[in-house]
Amino acid sequence: MSEKVSVKVCLGTTCFVMGSANLQELIETVPAKYGDKVEVSGVPCLGLCSIDWEFSKAPYVKVDDDVIKEATVEKVLKAIDEKLAAK
Amino acid sequence: MAINTPKQTSHLKREILVRLIKSFLSDNFEENTRLIPFDMRPKGHEVPYRCCIYKERAILRDRAVAGLGLSIEETDDSALLSELAQKALERKEPEENPLTVLTTACKGCVPARIYVTDLCQGCVARPCVNTCKFGAISVINGKSVIDPAKCKNCGMCAQVCPYQAIQKIIVPCESACPVGAITKGDDGHAKIDFEKCISCGKCVAACPFGAVHEKSQIIDVLKHIKAGKKVIAMVAPAIMGQLPCSPKQLKEAIQELGFADVYEVAQGADVTTKTEAAEFEERLLHGAEFMTTSCCAGYNELVDKHIPEMKPFRSDTKTPLYYTAEIVKKEHPDAITVFFSPCVAKRREALQTPTVDYVLNYEELGAWFVALNIQVAECGESSFKTEASAEGRNYCVTGGVAKAVQTLLPEEIPAHPVLIDGLNKQSIRDLKKYAKNGMCDLGNLIEVMACQGGCLGGNATVNAYKPALKQVTNYVNESESIKGNVKTEN
Repeated sequence: MSEKVSVKVCLGTTCFVMGSANLQELIETVPAKYGDKVEVSGVPCLGLCSIDWEFSKAPYVKVDDDVIKEATVEKVLKAIDEKLAAK
Repeated sequence: MAINTPKQTSHLKREILVRLIKSFLSDNFEENTRLIPFDMRPKGHEVPYRCCIYKERAILRDRAVAGLGLSIEETDDSALLSELAQKALERKEPEENPLTVLTTACKGCVPARIYVTDLCQGCVARPCVNTCKFGAISVINGKSVIDPAKCKNCGMCAQVCPYQAIQKIIVPCESACPVGAITKGDDGHAKIDFEKCISCGKCVAACPFGAVHEKSQIIDVLKHIKAGKKVIAMVAPAIMGQLPCSPKQLKEAIQELGFADVYEVAQGADVTTKTEAAEFEERLLHGAEFMTTSCCAGYNELVDKHIPEMKPFRSDTKTPLYYTAEIVKKEHPDAITVFFSPCVAKRREALQTPTVDYVLNYEELGAWFVALNIQVAECGESSFKTEASAEGRNYCVTGGVAKAVQTLLPEEIPAHPVLIDGLNKQSIRDLKKYAKNGMCDLGNLIEVMACQGGCLGGNATVNAYKPALKQVTNYVNESESIKGNVKTEN
């Protein structure tokens, strides 16, 4: 596994409307907080919302291979901290 | 509160809208609508917010009632959602008052008052006792005690306490309302006085329990599209910052929903700019001290209901929506017009504007895309028939309207803009003062935006403020200026 933690904020329409609009700040705040240990980006639809009508659990964020449902800034930061601690 | 704070209540409201739209498009609208609270909280589901699953379902049922465009206050508790869905389908026109309060969801917050906490040290200095102008505070058993009969809730004691031991308890909706229109009724639950309400939407955004809803017109619009009517969308400038796609992709995406065409309200804003600049010039030449803008529906209702003395100073120019709808109805007399709005207030304006048939907000538009699984970023591009100006497209940002008017003024008529960036109790006091004195010492062109940040700070926006502003600004920067490009036809 690579040393860096990868964070993908889904900016597909469903995630965006259900709340990832408010996660865009992560794209600025995460590099400021963690430097080059974490790679964060906004990405097109990850396809997670269309599985079994799961739009209600959007927004989704992927931290490495883990999917965070109903993501909030706090949940994502916590997941990053856990990943960094495990490396 | 910061503009557009993320809220779990928005998630719930949007989820309800998505499910309602999906129900409408299914083969059994009424029954699938009845099942929404049960689909969202099936047997054994966790109870995230309330005391039990039954209360959760009851509140979700009420949220669906608002989503169907009905007033919760006037709806019988025993009515099934399936019956109400039927009622929404039969409705000919949207209801008059755009907001409704869910008493089920309303916490019935403790009344606003000043409260001495346990942190009070019973100090010797006693600034609270000395500061209180009403003699309401005395020290009993080594603690400050407030006599509620004498206390006027001024909060001075809270400000001077060296331990921050005195707190002002607020009721968020009451505190957010700039005109005292939402108050706790006899039963302790919030109630809106529509004689006073200016539909600014601040209570909708402020309530942490999501107890104030807009009454949606989504079913009405869906019904017309399903019936194959020619439905035309008119999108306010703020929309260009709301979704992760380009303006041309957004136009295409809206057409995919079934709209025959999409007009930018920025096109009407250009008419407003021209008319308002000419009006400002004429007023100043006739000795007027100042003029206020007139494009914000919340402000217009404020003047009509609470500051009638401001009427002579408010521009007579119509709003961008008014001019846009006029253009659309002229070009398509048979069309049904739908305005896409960032706020509640425009619903009231639409009711008073015969050429605007329906209003949907950006949450409703977003929910519609979710329900149909339309990826806006993957849509093709479609151009607007008439390109609006950079200034018109910037109307949704605080300062944008004044700047547009300024652009078209001749040099000998200098405008000194004053920006009212959001209506609150203080800015309303200022406006009253200007109206009463017949002058404003800060300038001569007062731009009033009911929402902080302008329309991008509206209660029904989807995007966070900063990225929305960035998107709109990029669009404005790639557009042509209105200057030197003034068309004569209106």
